Amino acid sequence: MSDDFTRFTGTSTYLTSEALESAVNCALALEKPLLVRGEPGTGKTLLAEALAAGMDLELIRWGVKSSTRAQDGLYVYDTVQRLYDSRFGDKDVNDVSAYIKLGPMGQAFSRDGRVVLLIDEIDKADIEFPNDLLNELDRMRFWVDETQQEVAAKVRPIVIITSNAEKELPDAFLRRCVFHFIDFPSQDLMKRIVAVHHPRIEETLVDQAIETFYELRSMKRIRKHPSTSELIDWIAVLKRAGVADVRLDKNLPFLGTLLKKEQDLVAFADQLAGGRRWRS
Amino acid sequence: MFLPLIYALRERGVKVGTQEAVSLADAMSRGLHESSLDGFYYVARSLLIHRVEDYDDFDLAFGKVFRGIEVEAKQLKDELLEWLKDAKEREHELSEEELAMLERFDKDELERMFNELLDEQTERHDGGNKWIGTGGTSPFGHSGAARQGIRVGGPGGNKSAIKSADARLYKPYRSDLSLDVRQMQVALRKLRAFTRDGVQEELAIEETIDATASNGGELEIVTRPPRRSNTRVVLMMDVGGSMDPWALLMSRLFSAAHKSTHFRELRTYYFHNCVYGQVYKTERFDDPVRVQDVLSDCGPHFKLIMVGDALMAPYELLSPGGSITYGDETRMEGIMWLMTLQKHFHRSVWLNPEPTRFWNGNTIEHIRQVFPMFPLTLEGLGEGVDELLRPGRG
Repeated sequence: MSDDFTRFTGTSTYLTSEALESAVNCALALEKPLLVRGEPGTGKTLLAEALAAGMDLELIRWGVKSSTRAQDGLYVYDTVQRLYDSRFGDKDVNDVSAYIKLGPMGQAFSRDGRVVLLIDEIDKADIEFPNDLLNELDRMRFWVDETQQEVAAKVRPIVIITSNAEKELPDAFLRRCVFHFIDFPSQDLMKRIVAVHHPRIEETLVDQAIETFYELRSMKRIRKHPSTSELIDWIAVLKRAGVADVRLDKNLPFLGTLLKKEQDLVAFADQLAGGRRWRS
Repeated sequence: MFLPLIYALRERGVKVGTQEAVSLADAMSRGLHESSLDGFYYVARSLLIHRVEDYDDFDLAFGKVFRGIEVEAKQLKDELLEWLKDAKEREHELSEEELAMLERFDKDELERMFNELLDEQTERHDGGNKWIGTGGTSPFGHSGAARQGIRVGGPGGNKSAIKSADARLYKPYRSDLSLDVRQMQVALRKLRAFTRDGVQEELAIEETIDATASNGGELEIVTRPPRRSNTRVVLMMDVGGSMDPWALLMSRLFSAAHKSTHFRELRTYYFHNCVYGQVYKTERFDDPVRVQDVLSDCGPHFKLIMVGDALMAPYELLSPGGSITYGDETRMEGIMWLMTLQKHFHRSVWLNPEPTRFWNGNTIEHIRQVFPMFPLTLEGLGEGVDELLRPGRG
């Protein structure tokens, strides 16, 4: 193991698995982007934060939206500002570089030290978006046409890319990344996660709630599975309402906290009314 | 060590190429796998596999290649001897049982037993109390339940690589489908047609400079609507009954169409078997819309995509009042409704998941005379899109 390479083993508040550590360390050592996929609520975004905190590096965040273009991440040329300034003559409009605003990726490249660049929810953008970034991610440099200057990374940033398990990404893009799929937490791990959020709560209620939650998740007809954050909310509501015990039946208290789609509520009611094993 | 794995993956249809192989070799030369099979399992998976749908194939390939523990037996033996060497120094870490066991075996004895076991053992083994393998209670092996077990190979962790592979945790994520969402999206993307209309929210730089210059240098901003796709699509899908086997394919087409950012407007409706007086906004047929209303809402410039197997009892298509669902008061034949739809839109296609060899001698034949029909495969989808793009009539 080379000495210039720092290993990642999670932080006190971010629990990792052997598989995740291995993937992170591969990405660090091979200087490749790490693509993290997984259901919402499995801590994809938190990974980048934990990595930055654990290695004491700056985190630069690029939240991708449906309207985001690859160019936005590199730089934006503020033509309107320049035109306005040209009217009044109080600024030097000949200096084009003053009107070049670096995007998150441009900022990451121009820092002196190593940074963590998080490209969050890449699947939200247009289908061609990842392909448009290939070159920049490979070479960690790009050309600013307006100033005829190159922005090149002095130290290659650590790139973490997250994606929900929904849209397929292009092959050429995938081949350049180290890939890791974050599993949904096991019941044991979930218990520890819940304990972090609700430290003082009766254990039997937590056990029952978690049990019910996983049973609900295993129902095939439910489309939008409840995630960790919904479980945390649900337990908070149960505690507030003073519910003593829960089990999976058709009068499950505060079901709306867990299932948000009307068709899922219908599917839930159908399944429990359909003479299944829960109807004793 | 890793080339057989790459070939086993390719055999299983996982696209692994030189780029991945080079990355893996690079990782191994840096010792990222920490010379253990566990480490190698995770490193190889994160570098060779790019989607969770392929995790299961990776587990199968890994199991096949590394099944025989003999592969690493020699390496394990060295590690074992290494362990014994500094076992004395780590006495404080050991439990009383472990210490007792150390007393029981001396180094040579242990080595002899190990070699014996390796010779004796011909197949892999999980659990049990004698063989070298995984999860057992023998003093040798990996991840054993017995406290006094000697861990052979692998840093920490509680699962051996082979065991992880055998667990096949990722089986539910497999996708053995002819068409995936992305392929469909790429095919549908051809439908986009860019125009500029709508709200003027984009700065037209060239025009602004011209206008400013002719305005004597006084700034004159010119804006224009952004360039975006003007394609509007009506998607009507047959659900239920004979369409059930195709449900997954249909839901993929649905999500491809929905996630596509290339349509200005997409309307989705459902029908069962054939279209009669009304179509439905949900799969559960509980939000009916009259076909006449759809037609008055959607001009002929909408592209109509019908999806269904076009299979039904002949009377459902050809007899007046053939609808098998109640609420059809129009008494117009199904085929007439289909013709109404086809006549209204400039361009329309029917996509059929049923293989083309079954397209004769049933109701498909009739419907093919109304709509240009294409199979719901990658090729068929492409041809359908081409048909939708042909210069419209009228």
